[in-house]
This record gives sequence, structure tokens and C-alpha cells, in this order.
Amino acid sequence: MQNTQLESNRLQQSVVIIGASHGGVNFAFNLRQQGWLGKITLLDSDLELPYHRPPLSKKTLQSLEVKSTPLKVLKTYTDNHIDLCLGERVTAIDKQNKTVTLKNNKQLDFDKLVIATGCSPFIPPIKGLSETVDEYGNPHYFAMRTHADAVAIKTALNSSVDKDVVIIGGGYIGLESASSFIALGAKVTVIEKQEKILSRVTSSAMSNFLTDLHKTKGVDLQTAKDIVQIKHTNNKHYVQCSDGSEYPADFILIGVGVRLNTQLATDAELVVEQGIKVNDVCQTSHPDIYSIGDCTIHFNKIYNRWIRLESVQNAVDQAKVAAQFLAKNNTSAPALPWFWSDQYEYKLQIVGLSQGYNEIIKRQEANDQFSLWYFNNDSLLCVEAVNHAKAYVLGTQAIKQSLKVNKKVLNDLTISLAKPHLFET
Amino acid sequence: MAKVIFITKKNDAVEVEGDSGSLMELATANGVSGIDGDCGGVCSCATCHIYVAPNDFEKIGQPEEIESDMLELDDNVTQYSRLCCQIEVTEAIDGMTFVVAN
Repeated sequence: MQNTQLESNRLQQSVVIIGASHGGVNFAFNLRQQGWLGKITLLDSDLELPYHRPPLSKKTLQSLEVKSTPLKVLKTYTDNHIDLCLGERVTAIDKQNKTVTLKNNKQLDFDKLVIATGCSPFIPPIKGLSETVDEYGNPHYFAMRTHADAVAIKTALNSSVDKDVVIIGGGYIGLESASSFIALGAKVTVIEKQEKILSRVTSSAMSNFLTDLHKTKGVDLQTAKDIVQIKHTNNKHYVQCSDGSEYPADFILIGVGVRLNTQLATDAELVVEQGIKVNDVCQTSHPDIYSIGDCTIHFNKIYNRWIRLESVQNAVDQAKVAAQFLAKNNTSAPALPWFWSDQYEYKLQIVGLSQGYNEIIKRQEANDQFSLWYFNNDSLLCVEAVNHAKAYVLGTQAIKQSLKVNKKVLNDLTISLAKPHLFET
Repeated sequence: MAKVIFITKKNDAVEVEGDSGSLMELATANGVSGIDGDCGGVCSCATCHIYVAPNDFEKIGQPEEIESDMLELDDNVTQYSRLCCQIEVTEAIDGMTFVVAN
């Protein structure tokens, strides 16, 4: 009897969630589904109804009218009694008194708090960047993180005559945007500091493939370039590099990485080490404060190390894990990271993390279809599949179930990739 | 305009209607439990798995290769499985009932 009472008391507590993107929104709905009865308040400084972020650089940018893809329609928030407060910025967390303060000094009480603040684009301190403005003085350099960014970029592209676009940074955001700009008829230059694009996150094999792909599609892809300054004449901007080269731009897109939005957590004296440190159930160093998504760092039991992931999958999985624990005290199996990227007519699907590999097997099914299998000795760490969902799915099953992959089969194109013979028993 | 019914894992029947977009978008817009659509509808996550009634399957059609490969991620796959992000909402599906797989 007493236990039931305790349980019902717990489910009636109030929860405040800071950040209404993939993590925060999924957490709110999961918590309700798990039987939570108390008040759920979901805060975000963005005014737009919470939306899918990955389409921004792809479908959203390429669509005629820049329309967001909402995560949920407004009515489902009301139906689930989730108090969605948009345009609200949290300025402080008081963990002793269990309140958060909003920008207008309003205070909200919480029994449990979830920090799902994600990250923000890093804007590098390049000389002349802040003077990159249009004829009306509006900034003409953009990041690609919010719906407002996508709208501003599309407007800049539509109003430009030459459609010269310079993208600083050859990461996934930059490359996906390049692919969309090409589809929209722009002239695209990508400028990357490293010798190879994506060098921190993937192997040479994948980097080379994507380099060739973008060049074939007409992107001027420049690597090993140090940008020294941006000059401006007659609403045209010129990105100048240390070797004297110069690239004209009507506007500039920046995709050089992110800064984590951990300031609130740091100010509240939670443990933050390259991300808000959370345990298996997404609890921070304070038992009533949870954190999920890009802004967190967790110990991953599949890879046996602390990792930070910038991905929809991680935000969604952590949202489920935290909601299940909060509502039912349930713990879940560790999640396997996965990612995807769409560029031109190519779908890249990645499962697992490749760091620490000592062997790669490339399996080329067709000209435009292949997969890279990353091993550490016999253990499969990661599969990157291009236009080959089958390889992605088999890789997922192998890693999840710790199945041993038969490398001979993998190397033999006369044997088709399929479950029974690919895995050794 | 198409009116369709989703039967969720808890056996709730949810009637929804729409005239464009994908069946996954229609389901998530109406908060159908078990249809998550985490990847936003690009056939990358397999979180919008439904079963089509055998009688309707021919009309709906077979999944493309990428979709049938992705369906293999789900242990509950059957010959009537589809990922509903790959199904267009048109009058052709009016009156159909779909069972949510998860």
C-alpha cells in the first residue's frame, strides 16, 4: 500500500525540460506515455514549433517555400498536457531551491529537471567575418542549426544574382548543404582546413569517396586551406586564404563544429567535462537533474569509453532511457549509435563508432553502392554503407548481438551479403 | 482526402484523415503511438513500421529494396510489413486499416 502511494506521489511530481528539440520533445512524450501524471513544462528559446533538424540542410533548404518538419503538431502537446513554452530562455538553475529562472525573471519550480540544451554552431573569429553583411547591413554569414537559419539562407540565395556560395568547413552539415545548393543551381566552394574532409570522423576511404562525389557534382572543394580574412566590395565577399587564393561569395555558410550549451549546468555546479556528465539513466551529478542529447557525455558500455554524440539517435534514445527511469525506475540496454546523411542521390548510413579500428574491409557492390566494415581484430566496430541499407542492417545486427563476421564472405563479391553465412556461429 | 485507421499496440483504434504527405507524417501529426519517424521520413530509422491488411497489400505495393532492407532491423517483420514514411497519403488508401508493429 505504502509503495503504491509512494509510486503515485512520484508520478505526480512536476518536471521542467530546458530545450524542446529531438531530445526534450521525445522525453516529454515518453514520460507521459510511461504514466507520468505531474506537470510537464517544455521550454525553448526558439519560437518555431519544435521541428526535425536533419532536413534543414536537405529537404527544407531545397523545398520551394522553406517549411519546417514539425516533430509533433501543436494539438498533440495539448492532448498530452505538455506545457510547451516557446520563446522562453532559461537564465539560471537553482538546484537547492529547485527552481529555474527565465529571462523575464519569472521562476518555475521543479521536482525533476531535464537539461536538453544541445549545442550551438561555433562561429570562428575570422577577420572580416562580422562585416559580411548584405546591402541593408544584415549579416550575410550563416550557420545551419535552426529553422530561422534555413529561412535566412534560402532568402540570401534567392536574392543573389551570381549564386556564389562559400561554405567554410567540410563536415556533414557543410557537405549536405553543398549538395542542396548545387541542386538549387548555385556555384559552391567548400573550404576545409584539414587535408581531407571529415578527417576527424571517418576514414580516408569514405573521405575520398565524398571528395570525388562533390567534385563530380561541380563543387569547388578546397582542402588544407587556412582562411586569413574576408574582404568586401560592392556586396560581394572574398574569402582569402594564406596561400593567396581567394573565393568570391554572395554569402557564407559556416559549418566548422559546435560549442555545447552547458553554461547553465556549469553555473549550477553540475559536473561538466567536455559535456554534462550523465550516468546510464542520464542523471547528472545531482540526482534530480537529468540531461540528454548533444550536450551530454556518457560512458558507453558497448565501446567502453566516455563518448559524446551529436546525433538525433542519441537524443531520442537518451530521452527514452531517462523517461523510463524517471517514471518506472527501469534501466535499459546501452544504445548503439547510428547516423545518416543524404547527399545528392546517395544515402550514407553509419552504425557504430569507427575509432580504434585496425582493419577496414571495403565491399563494392556496384559503382554507386558500397560498404566499409571497420574492425578491431575480429570485433566489428562500425559499418558505413553508401546506398546499401542491407550492409547497414547486417552491421547493426552484428554489433548489437556481438556476432562474429566472416571476413572471407565479406571479401568475396560472389557471395551475396546475407545473414546465415555472413555470421560465424 | 483519405480516412484511415491505425490500430496501436494497446489495441486503440485511431482514425485520422489527410490528403497529402506520407502516412508516417499523418500518424505522427496525430500522435499515433508506436509511429516515431525519428529520421523525419527518409527511410533511415525503421521507427514507423506498420502491417498492411493482406487484402490491401497489393494496392499499397511492395517496398523498394532499401525499405525492405531497413525492415530487417525489426524482429517483427512479416510479408505485410511496410515503413509508412514510404507510403503516400492519397485517395487510394482511403478506408484502409493499418496495424502498428511496435
